[in-house]
Amino acid sequence: MEEPVNIARMTYIALLGSVFLLLFIFELIRKNKLKERYSLLWLFFGIIFLFLSLYRDGLEIMSNIIGVDYPPAALFLALIIAMFFILLHYSIVVSELSEKNTTVIQELGLLKFELKELKKQIKQM
Amino acid sequence: MIPMKILSIIPAYNESANIENVLKDLYNQNIEFDVLVVNDGSVDKTGEVAEASGKAYVVNLPCNLGIGGGVQTGFKFAKQKNYDIAFQFDGDGQHKASEIKIILEPIIKNQADVVIGSRFLMKNSGFQSTFSRRIGIKIFEMVNSILIKQKITDNTSGLRAYNKKAIGFLSDFYPLDYPEPEAVILLGKNGFRIVEVPVMMQERKGGRSSISGFGSVYYMIKVLLAIFVNYLRPRIVKE
Repeated sequence: MEEPVNIARMTYIALLGSVFLLLFIFELIRKNKLKERYSLLWLFFGIIFLFLSLYRDGLEIMSNIIGVDYPPAALFLALIIAMFFILLHYSIVVSELSEKNTTVIQELGLLKFELKELKKQIKQM
Repeated sequence: MIPMKILSIIPAYNESANIENVLKDLYNQNIEFDVLVVNDGSVDKTGEVAEASGKAYVVNLPCNLGIGGGVQTGFKFAKQKNYDIAFQFDGDGQHKASEIKIILEPIIKNQADVVIGSRFLMKNSGFQSTFSRRIGIKIFEMVNSILIKQKITDNTSGLRAYNKKAIGFLSDFYPLDYPEPEAVILLGKNGFRIVEVPVMMQERKGGRSSISGFGSVYYMIKVLLAIFVNYLRPRIVKE
């Protein structure tokens, strides 16, 4: 017995997945576990996936534009691009953090030095 | 003339075997300067040994930042305490304290903002590093010399002196990781007067170099990338 591809079921699952992803991101922001500025990319791609699951022709049009015969391949491409940008975004965040971290370590070292000198001076008084 | 306030910045990471001799060597020079040891998160007794010598200020960083972050801490210290001149002197025993006068002179005479002590300006001037390292150093010489239109023979030398203007600039913008070749581009590009003077160096007496093996390939690629990027960035200091 051969079952035809169930387009409707697939659409529901895709829809459910995208809505869940968006709600999950919102919930993380609401609980202060994810900062707004780091959530924008996730929300952006979440909305794109929601759009693609609602508007099935979108995928078809997209694969035509980039010249892919097999529409799901276009979906994978979209996913990989999304991951790529999110990872790149993290590299930027890590770089910023490490720069600030360096400054904090330097200032801490200098402050500890001042403290040491002050203690010495107090002892001598 | 008001005597100039001079600071010696000694970055030290796990150099407890060398630091005492380095400090002694510095102390025996007949030039007036303060000594600052930046203990870059060492896991050995570098900080205690330096402190116990009583010859130096010691700033202990809570984590290891790498040589650039350590030296920059020294620039920040020099800026805060209003030093006129700062010079870097490595804590591993490869720099000779007798050469300090030579690198300070162009700054004192206001002929330069930055002075680099070069091993390669004189033939047979002591230890000149291993063959493979000299290839790397030659590449830096070619690249940097083209980019800043001034021949710099020893881009990796850590024996350097800076005037007040350079101290202020570098306390904000000193490159991290492996800073020496990058700093040359950064300073040249921002209009600082760089002068090289011939010095002698010695082979390190103990401890380990921060660059070796596979690390040296990574080092070359990373530094060359940083040099090009620094070259392409806009000037920070406006005329």
